[in-house]
Amino acid sequence: MLGIEGLSPETISGTVINLFFENSTRTRTSFEVAAKRLGSDVINMDVATSSVKKGETLLDTAMTLNAMRPDAIVVRHAESGAVNLLSQKVNCTVINAGDGQHEHPTQALLDALTIRRRRGSLQGLLVAICGDIMHSRVARSNIHLLQIMGARVRVVGPPTLMPTDIDRMGVEVHYNMKTGLKDVDIVMMLRLQTERMQGSFVPSISEYFRFFGLDHEKLKIAKPDALVMHPGPMNRGVEIDSEVADDLDRSIIHEQVEMGVAVRMACLDALIGGRRNSIGAAA
Amino acid sequence: MSGNVIRTSPPHAGSTAYINARIVDPVADKEYVGAILISDGKIADFGPNLFASGAPYGIQSVDCGGLHLAPGIVDTRVHTGEPGEEHKETLESAGIAAAVGGITSLVLLPDNDPPFDDASLIEFVARRARQVKLTNMYAYGALTAGLEGKELAEIGLLSEVGAVAFTDADHSIGNAQVMRRALYYAKAFDALIVHVPQEPTLSGGSMTSGEMATRLGLSGSPPLAEVMMVERDIRLVEMTGGRLHLAKISTAESVAVIAAAKARGLRITCDTAAPYFALNDLAVGDYRTFGKLMPPLRAEKDRLAVVAGLKDGTIDAIVSDHRPQDQDSKRVPFAQALPGGIGLETLLPISLELVHNNDLTLPQLFQRLSSTPARLFNLPGGKLAKGAPADLVIFDTSYAWKIDRDELWSKTKNSPFDERPVQGRVMATIVGGRTIYRDDAFATEAAAA
Repeated sequence: MLGIEGLSPETISGTVINLFFENSTRTRTSFEVAAKRLGSDVINMDVATSSVKKGETLLDTAMTLNAMRPDAIVVRHAESGAVNLLSQKVNCTVINAGDGQHEHPTQALLDALTIRRRRGSLQGLLVAICGDIMHSRVARSNIHLLQIMGARVRVVGPPTLMPTDIDRMGVEVHYNMKTGLKDVDIVMMLRLQTERMQGSFVPSISEYFRFFGLDHEKLKIAKPDALVMHPGPMNRGVEIDSEVADDLDRSIIHEQVEMGVAVRMACLDALIGGRRNSIGAAA
Repeated sequence: MSGNVIRTSPPHAGSTAYINARIVDPVADKEYVGAILISDGKIADFGPNLFASGAPYGIQSVDCGGLHLAPGIVDTRVHTGEPGEEHKETLESAGIAAAVGGITSLVLLPDNDPPFDDASLIEFVARRARQVKLTNMYAYGALTAGLEGKELAEIGLLSEVGAVAFTDADHSIGNAQVMRRALYYAKAFDALIVHVPQEPTLSGGSMTSGEMATRLGLSGSPPLAEVMMVERDIRLVEMTGGRLHLAKISTAESVAVIAAAKARGLRITCDTAAPYFALNDLAVGDYRTFGKLMPPLRAEKDRLAVVAGLKDGTIDAIVSDHRPQDQDSKRVPFAQALPGGIGLETLLPISLELVHNNDLTLPQLFQRLSSTPARLFNLPGGKLAKGAPADLVIFDTSYAWKIDRDELWSKTKNSPFDERPVQGRVMATIVGGRTIYRDDAFATEAAAA
């Protein structure tokens, strides 16, 4: 079995399709490396995002791919709920690699794993998720998972980037970094999408960086040993200062990427390998 | 659970007595066991004592067996795909669905392709309705040319050929100056303007703002987008003295503001659609696009306020807001799905929930469904009166069934109420004395007494 202990034969002989309706080099590569490391065949499908009839393409593509009997389809789509819709049309495993502003489950899993490796447990930790909460699927998935794992979660950002009633998801809401970062164990920065920087949600990049960008000065507000995370790709000088991003004592951004492959390998093996014997695999 | 739509029968001539019915008279605000006599398509007589000892010889009589009989529903908010999108709904398929739903008059929204901003379109609808020969069909005229919200449509000319009111359908008029001029100008023709109040710059989201939208990662339209526009419109009515009817009220704040305006004596009326008193934003959970409506389904507190508004009369009328959408429009990611739900066949059973829940009496319900919309839109029918058209619905309030979209007659199946258990069903629909729908469970071929 290629010398990988405990790996099921189904995974090794499996076929994984990376179906990305939205560009993502990092997540796609991470899934591809994970699947290949497990011995699966990987097909990358690049689907044009400019198509007017995206919805039709989505279901048509889903049914076409399904007919080829893959073991898993890894899907990213720009619309919330699109992966859910696609999964209703196929009978193989579907893994959500990010849908709109809804969820990015493997990102949350890799974040949790990274934190656990550094801190031993998530129980009782205080995590601040900072920046564009409104448009972030990473924030939503982390809010769910981190709280389940026993951490407390704060969200920090300008009110224009804070979704309505986000406090109903159990988080503390802060509109400035001074109170938001106080006593936190983990500072998780989010990427600010370029199209949201210029005037519509925040006045300018320099104003955003001044008040919400993470530099060493703001990091001092957090616990002395607080760790810095970012799902990538980073906008240096927008949401995070290079000095913080590259500070190996504080930044665990590269470890996140490494854990990403591990978590995706685990997901693929659990879902593909377990397919024909799901009860045994789960137990 | 099936019935027959009847289009072949000749115009009603002679007399028919419907006896042993529980008659719902919304205008008199009464409900009693009695009979109704129809002659030459019109109501000749009715009351608790009519034919108390049986119908006289020579008159065909139908024993209603204690079922309810009320003025047929007047649904002032119906969209079909004809002309332009006949694959979604034709006037014929809409007429059939209306017949099955107990709707005896309906008013067609003008947002077709082409839009009803030209007299020939109003005449086209009238001609097609005569061919379809089912429910009475009327049409709105467009309020602005091309429904673009910029220049006034030909309100006078459209009125002349029979447009019963003016609206830009689901497009809100964002420009206050345009709305002001429309209200002023329409006064010359005493024309009613119907407006869906939603501030356009705030209401572009996929669903109502709040916890559910945040969890689903969908963009939100805040409920305040509605009340802001309601408040603006109230000021414009004060300024112009125009006749305004606000459509599809869906939020608690709007109900409160309209109640206050009415208390000041302002001439303003409003309606809501069945989804807004029967569903809340939980219905779009799991990205259910059949629950994507315009305005979006709101929070439970808003739903309760809409029920309360119906109860105290702040909300004058109930509409179906029938809007067929095909699979291509709904089987897509939520944000891309087109809004709207079908509602003709489910309007009565859903509305009867208000009666079963003791929010309204049956006469009050038929004020909202029949007599008030007929009065506001100046349509015949909608009431029990000697000489009025014999537009009637016979229904069973206790008949329990489950809405199944595949059993609906509309061409598209996008019902937000799919799989909902309901209580109450139309047994027969009568237009101008002619039975256009009869449920199999209702035997009307009763022998003459």
